[in-house]
Amino acid sequence: MTRPDDVPRPDAEPDAPASLDAEVEDAVEHAVEDEVRAAVRQAVSVSVATGLYGISFGALSVVAGLDVAQTMALSLLMFSGGSQFALIGVVGAGGAPGAAIATAGFLGVRNALYGAQLGPLLALRSWHKVVAAQFTIDESTAVATAQRSRRAVRAGFWWTGVGIFVLWNAMTLVGALAGDALGDPRAWGLDAAAAAAFLALLWPRLAARAMQLAAAAAVVVAAALIPVAPGGVPVLAAAAVAIVIGQVDARRRRAPGRPAPDTDQHPGKESS
Amino acid sequence: MTSATVWVVVLAASAVCFALKLAGHLVPEHWLADERVARTAALVTAALLAALVTVQTVGDGQALVVDARLPALGVAAVALALRAPFIVVVVLAAATAAGLRALGWG
Repeated sequence: MTRPDDVPRPDAEPDAPASLDAEVEDAVEHAVEDEVRAAVRQAVSVSVATGLYGISFGALSVVAGLDVAQTMALSLLMFSGGSQFALIGVVGAGGAPGAAIATAGFLGVRNALYGAQLGPLLALRSWHKVVAAQFTIDESTAVATAQRSRRAVRAGFWWTGVGIFVLWNAMTLVGALAGDALGDPRAWGLDAAAAAAFLALLWPRLAARAMQLAAAAAVVVAAALIPVAPGGVPVLAAAAVAIVIGQVDARRRRAPGRPAPDTDQHPGKESS
Repeated sequence: MTSATVWVVVLAASAVCFALKLAGHLVPEHWLADERVARTAALVTAALLAALVTVQTVGDGQALVVDARLPALGVAAVALALRAPFIVVVVLAAATAAGLRALGWG
């Protein structure tokens, strides 16, 4: 990766005119500014699209039994779509408090990985990191890591993170107030909307073979446990299955040269 | 859950989620750079979401039921395959379930 603003000054010939040096610097400066503007545009469009579905979170949260203040607390303090939907899903299904906290936490683990990825790219001072942490979500990470120069990485991260935060919270409030006024949630199909919301969060992750396998195993395990286990347990059990699949998959990858017991002759079969 | 319990859950889970976010920014980079950690976390995320889809679609307390939610999820899947935006997917699913119930099924 080249980072235009990290590039050392071009080594000009000792007798080269000083203006050439300045011209190159000028061109780099313009390129970086263009990239920053593009990052901000991208951030704004992602913010609007993501912020809008705060409406569905707000409505589904009050339907699940949380009040408007609790719903807003989740969007302000937790601020991570997957974890928020998971928490209200477990609460709505009558799960235990511990299961609700654990499920939301497990879905938040990926944000730790995002933070580790963003740390060196953003290169922030210590207390700025604390603020940046709250805005570390799928979308801000995606926009930030798609940029090349440090200024564009920072612009992409902050504009996306803060933009979504503002819109997500505003739309959550709209949804929560609307959900409160709706009456019977089943008549409006809101229970099906909750399932569809999870499916939409899952969909883009299903490109890789191992992810499809983990998702399929999770469906089977969850469905099998619903009739026999207390609320929340079917979801957590699915996480345990995924960890096992991850270990098996890793072991398989670590020994690529070892001949497999079955007739696995295709070198390209070890897909992602 | 009582309202007070829900508050405890909301605040505790929010604290856990923030701690995870902050940990990522503070730990030395190489700790989480291990590819196995990243892959397992991605698998866990997919499995949790798939399990949540299942519970929300066919769960009813401790019973497995087939009702208007299942065809609604099918409509959502078709919409996602056609690259519809999130809000459209959710609205179509709700409309499908609401429509079927208005017709007296599910």
